[in-house]
Amino acid sequence: MKEMDADVLVVGGGMAAGWAAISAAKTGASVIVVDKGFMGTSGVTAPAGPNHWWVPPDPAQREAAIRRRLETAFGLADSKWMERIIDITWRSIPELDPYYPFSGDGKGGLFRSGLRGPEYVRALRRYATDLGVHVLDHHPALELLGRQDGSVGGAAGYDRLGGVSWHARAGAVVLATGGCGFRSGLIGSYSNTGDGYLMGVEAGAELSGMEFCISYSISPAWLSTRTLPYTGARYYDAAGAEIDVPAGVSRMREHLLVLADAFRAGPVYADLREAPKALPDVVRQIQPATVAAFERRGLDMFRDRFEVKLFGEGTIRGTGGLRIVDTGCATSVRGLFAAGDAATREHIAGATSGGGAQNAAWALSSGVLAGQAAAALARHEGKRAADEGLAPLGQAGLRPLAGMRPVDQKALQQTAGEEILDLDKALRRRATGLEASGRRLEGAWQEVSGHLVGKSLDAVAARETAAMVATARWCNEAALARTESRGMHVREDFPHISPLQAHRQMVGGLDRAWIRPDVAPQRQTKGHPG
Amino acid sequence: MIEDIFPERCTGCNDCVTVCPDHVLDPGAAGAPPVIARVAQCQTCFLCELYCAHDAIYVAVEGAGTGTTLHHPTPLIGRLRHDYGWDGSTDDPLRAFWQLGPLLREGLEISAARHTRRQATALSEAATGQEGDEALSSRALGTTPKDPAA
Ligand SMILES: Cc1cc2nc3c(=O)[nH]c(=O)nc-3n(C[C@H](O)[C@H](O)[C@H](O)COP(=O)(O)OP(=O)(O)OC[C@H]3O[C@@H](n4cnc5c(N)ncnc54)[C@H](O)[C@@H]3O)c2cc1C
Ligand code: SF4
Ligand code: SF4
Repeated sequence: MKEMDADVLVVGGGMAAGWAAISAAKTGASVIVVDKGFMGTSGVTAPAGPNHWWVPPDPAQREAAIRRRLETAFGLADSKWMERIIDITWRSIPELDPYYPFSGDGKGGLFRSGLRGPEYVRALRRYATDLGVHVLDHHPALELLGRQDGSVGGAAGYDRLGGVSWHARAGAVVLATGGCGFRSGLIGSYSNTGDGYLMGVEAGAELSGMEFCISYSISPAWLSTRTLPYTGARYYDAAGAEIDVPAGVSRMREHLLVLADAFRAGPVYADLREAPKALPDVVRQIQPATVAAFERRGLDMFRDRFEVKLFGEGTIRGTGGLRIVDTGCATSVRGLFAAGDAATREHIAGATSGGGAQNAAWALSSGVLAGQAAAALARHEGKRAADEGLAPLGQAGLRPLAGMRPVDQKALQQTAGEEILDLDKALRRRATGLEASGRRLEGAWQEVSGHLVGKSLDAVAARETAAMVATARWCNEAALARTESRGMHVREDFPHISPLQAHRQMVGGLDRAWIRPDVAPQRQTKGHPG
Repeated sequence: MIEDIFPERCTGCNDCVTVCPDHVLDPGAAGAPPVIARVAQCQTCFLCELYCAHDAIYVAVEGAGTGTTLHHPTPLIGRLRHDYGWDGSTDDPLRAFWQLGPLLREGLEISAARHTRRQATALSEAATGQEGDEALSSRALGTTPKDPAA
């Protein structure tokens, strides 16, 4: 057993974790980062190349940007939050100058709004390390540790390269474990199994916005890639007849409905011959991995027609996650903070996906805010007694309620993924279908929470299975309870937006999942910008 | 999925073991190449290949769909690291990166314009009752007729 101690423990290794660690360390706090994978390649930030919400500090421009985004948030976002994250994003990215090879923007300036994933997370890692942050790769967290007063005082996990368990005591913990893609194959999401949601709920936190998990991206059928080359694609069915697919950011649902119909009928093919003229010459420089996906199968992506698939993104480009209760990204549990896709993004995206700009700006800024607030709390509380008892809070997959017995984890993971990501289920939600999914997921949860146990390295997989099933169950419950259509959540049996449900919705619970409307006003954290 | 670690290039530094986000690799015996121990966990992100300074890894692209899996074709060894500019071949690897947004939007505009054109054609055909056989049969298949502008 490896024992560790820090003011702030950051769980995760993507952009939210990176920014949280940096901002905490800047205040002088001692910071440990524990990542399931390698901070630099793990998570969805690394293989992607996130573009951030990027608006210069001109009041008129910012106001207009916020107004535009409020229009598609369907009443669930908050202009104050938007203002804050735009500002933090604008001020933070230039801090990476010594670590990231920023290049031109084609207009004589520097291009700063978009950063390529591998270079971005590498830069965050170097910056954090220079500030004294201790980064531990391949140290998945398995569970949180609770103090007697109900607050969170650390986490425990497994060092999978060292083959030993670890135990970390901390003044505050930031969960930056990403969203849950239910192992759909979405690029970078293999490790994003919703672990933070499960750990947070076990500690007493709530989730919010889990019904908003309907997001997909198109890619070649054999490998999820970034989607840049495909926006101009023409689509064909197996007989070679063209499929007329609506396009445009505001037509996402129609786009998905037409494709879903086509996939039900058989394989769908894309043709990139009408892609923007300048694309073939630069795509290799912008996204080398996208080119490799074709080149390594002997295909010319701009000439050959190729089979495509929609990859589910779950809560990654959905908007749900751990509920935060103040402007420092605290959860309702003292000592526990959430950032990035692990947290709800409703404050800035509401009921529409924040993918494309908002989510990255959120991951950055919520990381900055959570890191600062966690460090402030750790400082305020002082060092707790080194022998203060910390109780392990993990349940499903670690401490089963009934007797342990072999459990078919593959099948359970598949159930979780299917019930949430299946195109027909997701796009055509109605009570009967959601109730049937609910029964299946409840059965899966009973199996997991009752009987699944993993030890050492196997504990990592067991917790991933438990987290995916738990997350699917919360998403489904939330979708069933929101009896209206709002943003990406569309109920065929309640096709209209209801003024009575113009609030966020909390979901939580382990043995029994529960739902509550979230109508409490947000607290302002003292000492925070904005 | 990761396919090969070439023993003649590999120095046994084990960087790839650390760098793989999904714990696919185990260290090999002292100085020997790492072992591909859990290939089912490989998400084909190419990042081990990007980080291997000796171009000793090839990640193949498998799975169902169009094309055939090429097995470590010589011209592709080291290609990805070169394309990323991590092989020292350029000091401005991200010079084209700003074009991402504009090209993405241009693609969307192309598709949106095409869709509008087709809808307009379908409407005018319906209004004049001039739908041909091709339109009828493809409608029955749940698709729309060929774009007359194509
Ligand atoms: C293909 C794609 C393209 C995108 N493009 C854009 C874009 O252009 N603009 C935009 O705004 N948004 C975009 N998004 C969304 C954006 O990338 C994410 O919102 C953002 O990267 C989230 O960062 P994160 O740090 O929260 O999560 P991630 O980068 O996913 O990091 C999660 C981290 O948690 C770690 N982890 C998980 N479980 C554990 C555990 N139990 N213990 C320890 N560590 C754990 C993982 O290893 C990983 O390091 C895109 C998403 C995808 C998938
Ligand atoms: S990083 Fe490359 S050289 Fe080092 S062990 Fe891996 S394959 Fe061998
Ligand atoms: S391609 Fe990615 S997941 Fe597969 S072995 Fe390499 S780094 Fe690991």
